[in-house]
Amino acid sequence: MGFQLANIVLTYPNGQRALSRITLGAGRGERVAVIGPSGAGKTSLLRLLGVALRPDDGSVEVLGEAPWRLSARALRRMRSHIGVVYQKPPLPGRQRAITAILAGRLGRWPWWRAIGSLIYPADIAGAEAQLARLELADRLFERCDRLSGGQLQRVGVARVLYQQPELILADEPVSAMDPTLANLTLGQLVDDAAARSATLVASLHAVDLALRWFPRIIGLRAGEVVFDLPPVRITEALLRDLYAAETSVPPTQAPEPLALPARGPRHVATGCKSE
Amino acid sequence: MQVRIVLSANTQRFDPAARSRATGFVIALLVLWPLLVWSQFYPASLFEARNLVAMGQFLGSFLPPDMSLEFLRYVMRSTIETVAIATSGMSLAFLIAVPLTMANTRALSIARIGPGPGWRISRVLHVILRGLLVALRGVPELVWALVFVRALGLGPAAGVLALAITYGGMLAKVYAEILESSDTEAARVLLQAGSGRTLALVYGLLPVAASEIVSYTVYRWECALRASVVMGFVGAGGLGQLMDQSMKMMNGGEAATILVVFVLLVLMADAVSAALRKGLA
Amino acid sequence: MSSKAALSLDHRALRICTKCLFAMALLATLVVGSFAYLSLGLERLFTIDAVRELARFLLSFFPPDVSSRYLGKTAKAALETLAVSAVGTLLAAAFALLLALPASGRYGSVLRGATRFVLNLLRSVPELIWAALMVLAAGLGPFAGTLALAAHTSGVLGRLFAEALENAPIAPAAALVEAGASPAPAFLYGTLPNVVPQFLSYSLYRWEINIRMAAILGFVGAGGLGQMLYFELSLLHQNQACTVIIAMLLLAALVDGASAMLRRRLTSA
Repeated sequence: MGFQLANIVLTYPNGQRALSRITLGAGRGERVAVIGPSGAGKTSLLRLLGVALRPDDGSVEVLGEAPWRLSARALRRMRSHIGVVYQKPPLPGRQRAITAILAGRLGRWPWWRAIGSLIYPADIAGAEAQLARLELADRLFERCDRLSGGQLQRVGVARVLYQQPELILADEPVSAMDPTLANLTLGQLVDDAAARSATLVASLHAVDLALRWFPRIIGLRAGEVVFDLPPVRITEALLRDLYAAETSVPPTQAPEPLALPARGPRHVATGCKSE
Repeated sequence: MQVRIVLSANTQRFDPAARSRATGFVIALLVLWPLLVWSQFYPASLFEARNLVAMGQFLGSFLPPDMSLEFLRYVMRSTIETVAIATSGMSLAFLIAVPLTMANTRALSIARIGPGPGWRISRVLHVILRGLLVALRGVPELVWALVFVRALGLGPAAGVLALAITYGGMLAKVYAEILESSDTEAARVLLQAGSGRTLALVYGLLPVAASEIVSYTVYRWECALRASVVMGFVGAGGLGQLMDQSMKMMNGGEAATILVVFVLLVLMADAVSAALRKGLA
Repeated sequence: MSSKAALSLDHRALRICTKCLFAMALLATLVVGSFAYLSLGLERLFTIDAVRELARFLLSFFPPDVSSRYLGKTAKAALETLAVSAVGTLLAAAFALLLALPASGRYGSVLRGATRFVLNLLRSVPELIWAALMVLAAGLGPFAGTLALAAHTSGVLGRLFAEALENAPIAPAAALVEAGASPAPAFLYGTLPNVVPQFLSYSLYRWEINIRMAAILGFVGAGGLGQMLYFELSLLHQNQACTVIIAMLLLAALVDGASAMLRRRLTSA
């Protein structure tokens, strides 16, 4: 289970390479963080894993199946087991948080339950429980356009938590939150994934968060995997190299700089699989 | 380790919006019922034998559409009459709108520039004129048409006059809005330098607002064309009067021809209007 | 500004292009031609006698008949007209929503073209002509007016709704599809919340226009204030006609107010 990518090539509509010959895999229940500068291809990678984009070349296997060979019905069923947390949650402004969260199970609900829930929410307790984990339960019935950026991101996370997918893909899920909330949210995501043995892949801009919460860090730059290591083996030199084009100091959520070994052991292996 | 927040047993939450939604729904139903009764909403009447026969006969006679030369000549004449009614009506409306606009346009009213002789009277006049325009525009042109048909008899005169009055008011309002929203700097300078109102309008405001005014007038002419057809149904001449007669005689073939001609007329007017607007702008 | 600038304005205003001259000449011939063509009919209009006749006729409308009996009759007709406009607009909105879905291209371009054609057809035929047709189909009375308004307005609203749907952001619904939802629930949860305010706004605005149309449709037998007006004018009962016209104006003002209030409450809160 989990996912398996082999020799993936993805090109942007304007011809530029988004992903070049990516080979990556993760087993069930793994937690992986993807870091890298803007434009590295993190979002494209996640969209690929979320079966929203087709690669131009290479093979994709998600949750044990090749998604693009499935029938429409089977594909829909697979997608209902994949939950995506967006950096900017695509929630209609006038919609209330409760409805937005309950929409997470639309893939599983029969049509009459979906329509009925619009008239009166079908599972207030369930939605509230997820929002309470993120300390936002008091805003359950608030309209989405009355929520701040960080609150909206938490609603997006709550939706995925409610969906209970087997594969969680989070694209910069805490970018609008302060360090305390960011850690709380990531903690909840990690707990949830662990409790259900779900695979969790998160792209993060803040390196300190990645190092703290994920046992496997993948560095992406210009569409290529630069390294694939556990946090202990990540050195400042590696990070500087990764973010060279963007900044001299690797970005962090917390105001303090990273505390890392300046130069690690010589035989660091780049791009090796974690097996 | 899992962190779960346990809700205490008595905080079962309900949707706070549910009550107002339910109330709104009930009110809507309570209002809908009498509306349906008053409008004699009775879909079954569509299937009553009497109506089905009448409709069937009429629709059946739609094909073939009447293409006899004699009738087509009638139709052609009526179409030209309709276009003439619309154009004459619009011309008169324009003639009515111009003085109304001039008197109305704040940019030229002395009141704007500052107190002086005639300032108070000017403001009162302004309010009266605005009120007059609202009254003129409030009565639908079809009502005017019916009134004029009673006063002047059947024929295009009623339609022309109805158009002139209602569209005159409409044009005046929109012209005033266009002029007010254009750059009034030039006109004000001319007024301050002592030029008369007319000159200030012509040389100061008009060049700036001309294309917008022309564009709107041509668009209104298109509407006037459609309105002329509709007014024909109450006896104001043109294509509408012909169609009314054909339908009263249950002659579907003639009605079909007229409908087709009407659609063609509207399409042509659309094209002419677009070309004029591009050319004159 | 100096007098030099004023002079330059002078020149700009006097510069006339030849194309404009040609167009204006064409316009002038059209206008004169129109008057000439109608001269037979318009002769009676432009004599002093005719103007005096007309003025006398118009003055005979005042004062309006305000007897309680007639006011009661007028009120009843006003309610009928109000109901026709409301039910007609409601039906139109429902039908328009139905047609707007294919017309926005969700089900392919063939269906889009076909429904757009139907919508164009519906709105090209003026309400009065629809009413004349509906009187045949449903008999005399306000129901024909309701159907006529519904037919014409669904064409108008259908196109507006379709455009709103086309311009609505696709991200919310797309995200739900990615999470495994079928197209219909994705639409209801993702796209609809974004377009509902516009739908309500267009429909309520259309109601303001329809109340004026509903009043007139009675001219061809669709009941309400229009039928009363036609009747009174045929019998040359000017005072009664005046009452009916005033009722029309008041009804229009009432609906304008109601529509504005509803729009404020339903689209912002």
